[in-house]
Amino acid sequence: MSSESQPAPRGKGRASGAELLRGKLLPWISTPVLLVLVVAVWKLVIAAFDISPYVLPQPEEVVGGMVEVVQSQGFMGHLWVTLTETLIGFAIALVLGVGMGAVLGRILWLERALRPLIVASQVVPKVALVPLFIVWFGFGMTSKIVIVAILAFFPIMLNSLLGVRSVEPGQRDVMRSLNAGRWATFWRLEYHSTLPYVFAGMEIGIVFAIIGAVVGEYLGGNQGLGYLIVVSLNALNAQQLFAVIVILTLLGFALFLAVVALKRLFIPWHESVIGVDESTT
Amino acid sequence: MRETAAAGQGVVDGRAPSGDHFIEADRITMRYTTRRSSTLALDNVTLSVAPKEFVALVGQSGCGKTTMLRILAGLIRPTEGTIRIGGQHLWHGSRRDEQTLRMLGLVFQDANLFPWYTVEDNIGLPLRLRGASKREWRTRAGELSELVQLAGFERSYPRELSGGMRQRVAIARAMSYNPEILLMDEPFGALDALTRDRMNLELQSITAATGATVAFVTHSITEAVFLADRVVLLTPRPGRIRSITPAKFERPRTLELQSDPAFQDTVRELRRQLYEDEGQDR
Repeated sequence: MSSESQPAPRGKGRASGAELLRGKLLPWISTPVLLVLVVAVWKLVIAAFDISPYVLPQPEEVVGGMVEVVQSQGFMGHLWVTLTETLIGFAIALVLGVGMGAVLGRILWLERALRPLIVASQVVPKVALVPLFIVWFGFGMTSKIVIVAILAFFPIMLNSLLGVRSVEPGQRDVMRSLNAGRWATFWRLEYHSTLPYVFAGMEIGIVFAIIGAVVGEYLGGNQGLGYLIVVSLNALNAQQLFAVIVILTLLGFALFLAVVALKRLFIPWHESVIGVDESTT
Repeated sequence: MRETAAAGQGVVDGRAPSGDHFIEADRITMRYTTRRSSTLALDNVTLSVAPKEFVALVGQSGCGKTTMLRILAGLIRPTEGTIRIGGQHLWHGSRRDEQTLRMLGLVFQDANLFPWYTVEDNIGLPLRLRGASKREWRTRAGELSELVQLAGFERSYPRELSGGMRQRVAIARAMSYNPEILLMDEPFGALDALTRDRMNLELQSITAATGATVAFVTHSITEAVFLADRVVLLTPRPGRIRSITPAKFERPRTLELQSDPAFQDTVRELRRQLYEDEGQDR
C-alpha cells in the first residue's frame, strides 16, 4: 500500500473473510483443535504401548487428580506459597533489573568494567546455586525468593540495558534540536523507547521466575507446588504428579498473560502488541 | 539572469547577494577526528541566507551537505568558523543559544516521529516542551494538520500513515512554534517520485504562506532548482562551495516549469558540474 492520498482516517480497513479467519478467529478454532489432538495422541500412546498408569495416567485420570489435588487440604497453602515467592522475587528482579540495566546502559565505562562479572554470572548455571542459597537463607520462603529474583533478574536487566541503548539517534536529534532538557528527554523519549525492551525482558523473566520457585521448592522446605511434586513422586502417585504439573502450567500461563496484559496497557502503540492481524496488512 | 559564480580557483563566497543576511555561516570548517584518521568534511565554507530566501544545498553523497545543515541547526559544533542567526551567535563556547535555537525548525530525511504519540501529540511536542497549555498546543496541532492536509488524522498513530503523510507530520511539528527558519535535510529523499512532486508543491505553498527562510539539502538537482532561489553546489571531500546558481523563476512555480528550457538549462549546467567533480562521464 503505497498510494499517498488513499488511507482513510483511523480506518482499520475492511478485512476480507479469509483475513478475518487468519487474524481474529484462528486462535479460537486452532487452540481447541490442538488440545483435542494432544489428548488423542496421549490416549493413543497409552493404548498402543500398553503403558502402565503409574508411568502415564489417562488424561481423564489427570483431570480427576487435579480436582482431587485442588480440593485437598493444604493445596491452597501450597499454591499461595509458590505464587508469593514468584511474585515477590519477580518484583525484586524487575526493580533491580530495570535500575541496573538503565545505569549500565547509560554509563558505558561501568558496563565495560563490569562485563566479565556480568558474563560470568550469566554463564553459571544458576540452578546449581540453589543448594547454596538454601544453606544461606534457610528452608523457608526467603531462599526461594532469592532464587526467583536472580533467575528473573538477568533477562530483565539485559533487555533494559539494550533498550536504553536503542533509542533512535534521529529521535534524539529531534529532542536536541528542540533543546529539550534531561528530564523531558527521558520522559518523552527514552522512557517510551525502552519500555518495549523491558516488557520483552519481563516476558522471559516471569517464566524463569516460576522455574526458580519450583526448583527451589524441590530442594528444600515443605511448602509450595514444587514440594507437592516431590511428595507425589515419593508416593509414586503419577496421577497427582501430572495433576500438579498441569496446575503449574496453568499458573505459568496466568502469570505470563498478566505480563502481556500489562504490556498492552503500557505500550499499546508497539508492534509486539498490534499483533499479526494488523501489521501484516 | 545572474551569472553562475564558478569555482575554478579560490573560495566561492556563498553569501546572499542582497547583502541582507539572516543565517550567516562564516568560514566553517569541520574535521572529524578518530583515533585512526582525520577527515575534512567541510573546508572553509562561507554561506549566508537572506530573510525569506530559499537556499538549496546539493552535491554528491559524502560532500558534507548534511554536515553543513547539522551545523546550521546547532546539532554539531564546527571545528572552526562561526554561525550567526539574526545577528546572534549560535554557540557560546560549548553551549547553544536558547533564543536562537527557537528560531530554527528541523526536518530530517526520516520523519523521526515518536510512534507512541498520535499525530496531534507529535505535532504538539515542541509546544509541550515549552510548557504550552493543552488547549494551546492542541489548537495549534489542529491548525497545522489542516495546513499540511492531514485534517482528520489527528488521532492516528504514525504507523497508520504513509511515508509522505509522516513527512508532512514532521514538517508540521517543525513549524508548530513558528520558527523563522526551516532547515530541511533531504526531507523527501525517501519518497516515491509522484509523492515527492506533490510534497514539493506543498512545501512551496507552506513557505509562501509562512514566509519562512529555508535551507534545504537534497541530492536531486531538479528538486533544488525547482524549489530554491539559490542553489549551492558543494564539492566532495572536502566539502567546498563549487558554485552558486541563482534560480530566478517566477513563483508560485508549477510542475510545468520543469519543462521550461531555461529551467532545463540550469539543471543541465549543474549536472555537468556535478559529474565533472566525479570525474566520470554521465
